[in-house]
Amino acid sequence: MLWIVAYLVLIIFFLGFVWRIWGYIKTPAPLKIPTTPAPTTKRGVAWRLFTEVAFFHSLFKGNKWTWLGGILFHGSLALVLLRHARYFCDPLPPYFHYINIFGVIAGIVMVGALGFLLLRRYWVERTRLISAFSDYGILFLLIGIGVTGLLMKFVIRPDIIEVKVLMNQWVTLQGVGNPMPSDILFLVHFVLVLALLLIFPFSKLMHMGGIFFSPTRNQADNPREVRHIAPWAAKAEAAEKK
Amino acid sequence: MADYTAPEVLDDIIVPSPEEGATAELKPNPAVAKFMEPLGFPPPLSADMEDWPANKEEWEKAGGGKALGLSKMGNLLEKYRSLKVYMDICVKCGSCTDKCHYYIGTQDPNNMPVKRADLMRSVYRRHFTVPGKVAPGLVGAEDFDKEMLDKWITYFHQCSQCRRCSVFCPYGIDTAEVTMAARELMDSIGVGHKYSAEIVGKVHVIGNNLGIPQPALEGTLQFLEEDILDETGHEVRLPLDEKDADVLFIAPSADFFSEPHIQSLIGYAKVFHQAGIRYTFSSYASEAANFGMFMGSYDQMKKISKRIADQARELNVKRIVVGECGHAWRVAYSFWNTLNGPFDFLDPRFPVPQHVCEFTNDLIMRGGLTLDKEANDEYTVTMHDSCNVARASRMGPNPGGQFDIPRALIKASCNKYVEMDPETTHEKTFCCGGGGGLLTDELMDLRIKGALPRVTALKQVMENDGVNYMALICAICKAQFSKILPMYGIPMDTVGGVHQLVSNAIKLGDKKGLV
Ligand code: HEM
Ligand code: SF4
Ligand code: SF4
Repeated sequence: MLWIVAYLVLIIFFLGFVWRIWGYIKTPAPLKIPTTPAPTTKRGVAWRLFTEVAFFHSLFKGNKWTWLGGILFHGSLALVLLRHARYFCDPLPPYFHYINIFGVIAGIVMVGALGFLLLRRYWVERTRLISAFSDYGILFLLIGIGVTGLLMKFVIRPDIIEVKVLMNQWVTLQGVGNPMPSDILFLVHFVLVLALLLIFPFSKLMHMGGIFFSPTRNQADNPREVRHIAPWAAKAEAAEKK
Repeated sequence: MADYTAPEVLDDIIVPSPEEGATAELKPNPAVAKFMEPLGFPPPLSADMEDWPANKEEWEKAGGGKALGLSKMGNLLEKYRSLKVYMDICVKCGSCTDKCHYYIGTQDPNNMPVKRADLMRSVYRRHFTVPGKVAPGLVGAEDFDKEMLDKWITYFHQCSQCRRCSVFCPYGIDTAEVTMAARELMDSIGVGHKYSAEIVGKVHVIGNNLGIPQPALEGTLQFLEEDILDETGHEVRLPLDEKDADVLFIAPSADFFSEPHIQSLIGYAKVFHQAGIRYTFSSYASEAANFGMFMGSYDQMKKISKRIADQARELNVKRIVVGECGHAWRVAYSFWNTLNGPFDFLDPRFPVPQHVCEFTNDLIMRGGLTLDKEANDEYTVTMHDSCNVARASRMGPNPGGQFDIPRALIKASCNKYVEMDPETTHEKTFCCGGGGGLLTDELMDLRIKGALPRVTALKQVMENDGVNYMALICAICKAQFSKILPMYGIPMDTVGGVHQLVSNAIKLGDKKGLV
């Protein structure tokens, strides 16, 4: 039962994500609207996007505390995800144990940063006013995932060999008939992750993909040099000329 | 005129705590059928909209409004990637919440950019997403009902589309895009704003926002020529509808009639005179402003700016130069090529269009003008970056030219120049409070409050550095500040155009004859 749900979630996650991104791709941006000053070349735009994705450049201008919490959370999330490779890959790449150590520290930082973001959301009146249940919910979910993960690392360690086999088979699509994991803590951790994957394509978590499609950030500032026109506008123009 | 009180100006701009519903009652006047129909918008359901929006019940009972609006929303979501992406990806990080001048001035939380966009986002969630259909309460999804429309009318007319919020958003979410979409949607269901609809109607019929007919325009220009002759002894021309000139000059129509705008108009004329470049105004295309943008309507915007492209062909000019106007420059610089291009019939050696600041600066660089800075010695000058120039366009070949070029002109024309607080200039500039189609009397209270951050920064340099001239490059900024500053106890002639300074400083005579 668990594994059937797990596969359903996996399918919904992938298809949902692709479907959302496809929606962004096929919707045209009819006008040039980069927030200026903006780069004038494609390369410049790539750099601008990189500074947004890697350093949260605009957020840095906007709010230093949120930036700090955000960068700590996302940075450590990235490390933690990398560290999870050890449960999925066999054999592990040779340099892996370096990541491993950072991954453990990152786990703690991640939960801390999430806690900070949660408190800030509640305590700052302005962010409290803009938050719906789902905004808290996602943070709780991530904290839940982080805390169960840390508990497994530091307090009640599950049977790592078993977990590794189960995960390996799950991601290689051979796990449909597997038994339930024997460890409760791991089960909770896993179910929470499934919940996260399930809501991912339908929630604000799509910012992960959407950031690359924001016209104010991904357009080059060259409207005088290059004529930019959307398919629907070109069609209307052609109809007019007739 | 009603009595207005300006908020107290503190030493520095502070982020106030929110006060729910503070400006909920500040609404635009509705556009009646007379203004809506010529633009192809449906009339409001009730013929006499005097007491609107009280009679919206009737409007809703007659059905259609909600369904029509939602189908329009679906249509907009398919046409505009900005809208589609921005509806999805806001993480409610709060970075934009303290960035809007209307929030800072009014304290109304619905004027926090994310809250404003949420008015549309909640409807989007309710009707276009799975979680919003399944569990609306959990994700902040709401119906598109009477109350919601009421909030739309209010708060999408308390956004000047200045894009300050988009600078600070980690994803560049531009609330202006959302406001434009919301206004386009409202127009499509008969809920329009009188101010914009009336103005756009005038452009289509007469050619400019003010409704100045050709003879009046001609008279004004002649009068100005005589005035300049009296004052300077030079025959500076302001030609109208002349064929085969080198340059078609497109000014915001306010430049022909309003103070201090007209001083810049005189400045442009002197620059052309001195450069020896033949130029002409046009009575058919006598407007740089384009309120189609404020309505969020691609089609209106295109139709309005088409007059200019047509006229450039008709008059057989080689270049188009645009006067001092913020949103007009955005439309010209960013959108003309898309809307009415290609402009391959013009001289390819010059950018199309060219901003008058680019034009004048280019002349100065090539030694085409002689400027006497001392002519402006009575002034200590600062510069207010207009939002649409700063964050939605460029001047010159390099990013940021929109900041450097006007400053270069100012510094070439005067001796004393001071910057305001850097948190309020360049890309972080604050709107004057009257942009985005809000420069209308019924929204006066909003305009006063929205000006608070800029006034605060201006007062600082007035007190610390003796600034007595804030240079502007936007017709709306000029109109807004000359009306609002006195309410804050600042003389109205503290503001003027960049070309007003140029006009004072330029030495007429000894023509250089550059092209
Ligand atoms: C390309 C990858 C990503 C980028 C560039 C990115 C960027 C950002 C930024 C700039 C913020 C705002 C700052 C903040 O509030 O922390 C944010 C918020 C957030 N991100 Fe991401 N993100 C990415 C991927 C992810 C992923 C994979 C997840 C989770 C599975 C995630 C979860 C969140 C959450 C929950 C918030 C809201 C935090 C809060 O409530 O304060 N992000 N993201
Ligand atoms: S575009 Fe300007 S006026 Fe509109 S919400 Fe953003 S900051 Fe406020
Ligand atoms: S800054 Fe952008 S992501 Fe953050 S709350 Fe505002 S609109 Fe949403």
